[in-house]
Amino acid sequence: MADEDFTVIIGLEVHCQLDTASKLFCGCSADFRADAPNTHVCPVCLGLPGAMPVLNKKAIEYALKVAKALNCRIPEEGEFCRKNYFYPDLVKAYQITMGDNPLALGGYIEIEDDAGNPKVVNLTRIHVEEDPGRLVHMGNKERGHYTLVDYNRSGIPLIEMVTEPELSSPKEARRLLNKLRATLEYLDVFDPEKEGSIRVDANISIKGHERVEIKNISSYKGVEKALTFEITRQKNLIRRGGTISRETRHFQEGKGTTTSARSKEVANDYRYFPEPDLPVIRVSDWVEKIALPELPDARRDRFMSQYGIAVNHARTLTGDLHLAEFYELAAPVGAQITASWVADILIGELNYRDMPLSKVTSHADQFKELVILVRDKTITDKAGVDVLRVWLDSLHENGSPESPAAIVARLGLIREAGESFRGIVEKILAKNPQAIADHKAGKKGALNFIVGQVMKETKGKSDPREIHAMIAEILGE
Amino acid sequence: MVKENEVLHIAELADIGISSAELGKFTEQFNAILEYFDILDTLEASGPLMRPLVNVFREDEVTPSISQEDALRNSHNPEDGYVRAPRVI
Repeated sequence: MADEDFTVIIGLEVHCQLDTASKLFCGCSADFRADAPNTHVCPVCLGLPGAMPVLNKKAIEYALKVAKALNCRIPEEGEFCRKNYFYPDLVKAYQITMGDNPLALGGYIEIEDDAGNPKVVNLTRIHVEEDPGRLVHMGNKERGHYTLVDYNRSGIPLIEMVTEPELSSPKEARRLLNKLRATLEYLDVFDPEKEGSIRVDANISIKGHERVEIKNISSYKGVEKALTFEITRQKNLIRRGGTISRETRHFQEGKGTTTSARSKEVANDYRYFPEPDLPVIRVSDWVEKIALPELPDARRDRFMSQYGIAVNHARTLTGDLHLAEFYELAAPVGAQITASWVADILIGELNYRDMPLSKVTSHADQFKELVILVRDKTITDKAGVDVLRVWLDSLHENGSPESPAAIVARLGLIREAGESFRGIVEKILAKNPQAIADHKAGKKGALNFIVGQVMKETKGKSDPREIHAMIAEILGE
Repeated sequence: MVKENEVLHIAELADIGISSAELGKFTEQFNAILEYFDILDTLEASGPLMRPLVNVFREDEVTPSISQEDALRNSHNPEDGYVRAPRVI
């Protein structure tokens, strides 16, 4: 059994809310998140008898912009359909979506595979549809279990982007979603900060076995987790001699597991038929007039040629629109050092504090000040990280941070020339004959321990490169 | 001709309970309705679906919604502004 082929095949269906002012088929405001339930509704999005949908032009323009950016083909005619199913989030007992004649066909997204090589993932189609309402599941012993429904989300414009089953690992799936998210953000058609603005269903199978659909992955970060769990579950089942059944499973965000949906929900008998209340659309000639902004790949390539930075830095910095803009704002103080301080240090420190980049972007001048202090060797790299942490903490707490120069002065972090630490270096060398012996025996990195001790003793005011040089000199090398 | 098992399947999709006593009658009525469509089929149609209009849009402009009170007027026993529905998971 050990030689079994566990090749993984993954396809994604990504739903993304388009950031229009009004809903897809009515004029209700799409900006509903802060408001009370069932206050952004009208006869159309409540599905009251006789109400007629009228298509929002901007939603189609936004969807075409995405289609163009993802290299899709726009068929001459697009047609809306009714997808029939009975569920409380769906007021009309059908969802208006697109069936055999979607807005866009084909297209592709370029990502890196797990070995870092370029990989093209093909798209099947992109179509436009309405978001259903939001369900809140309630229940206790006294009152029994029931469901509350808020129709504010009912009718929000969505695009569904379907990939071919060409992804080979959960990490590839995550990279595809990051790329897609960045592209949509660059196109300015969706707001990634809004909760639930991007949602994913995944099809996953082990080669030669049945396919399982995972629904309910509400955060794009949950995708890698859900897929990793599901692959392990399927492999274990196959190893035990079991059979994968073709089914729909729900991702349980909190537990990181998937559970089988009841068979009733799986009855995929949607009885699609053309929506008689909406005329067909002929918009393929609109595409020429759509001007695309610079997209993540183009910006990555420009960063490499314009700033001379490495591909991994360029890729990280352009993976988020606001990060790319922030970098360009700070880059004049030194393209290389800024790339390193933003991509290698700042992002990690922000994630650690669960702090959005937007808190820093409004204080770009102070960040530049910090990079200049390090660039001019006024402080060491290590002291720079300490200053960044203090600065971010003060930003996080009260929004008006202490300037990096003031932090350096207050904490006495100005870098001192190596000579002033000669006594400390000699003292620590004398205490650690074993490290010196290891070093002389050719053990790489043996001196790092000593340098670390010096750094500690000098509170980060010494430059590790200078200390290394001084040790070499003392040891007569 | 629609058969009883098809009526049961459609009832299940629509989440409507039909008792075995009602099944025969429902099937009969289904077939009676479909017979009317046979009569419509005596007319020659020009295509699968007649939709002379193309590209009808509205601009992306917000218009007023109805009040929460009006929105919930058809809802039995709403709770905190939400529509209450039977348990679905």
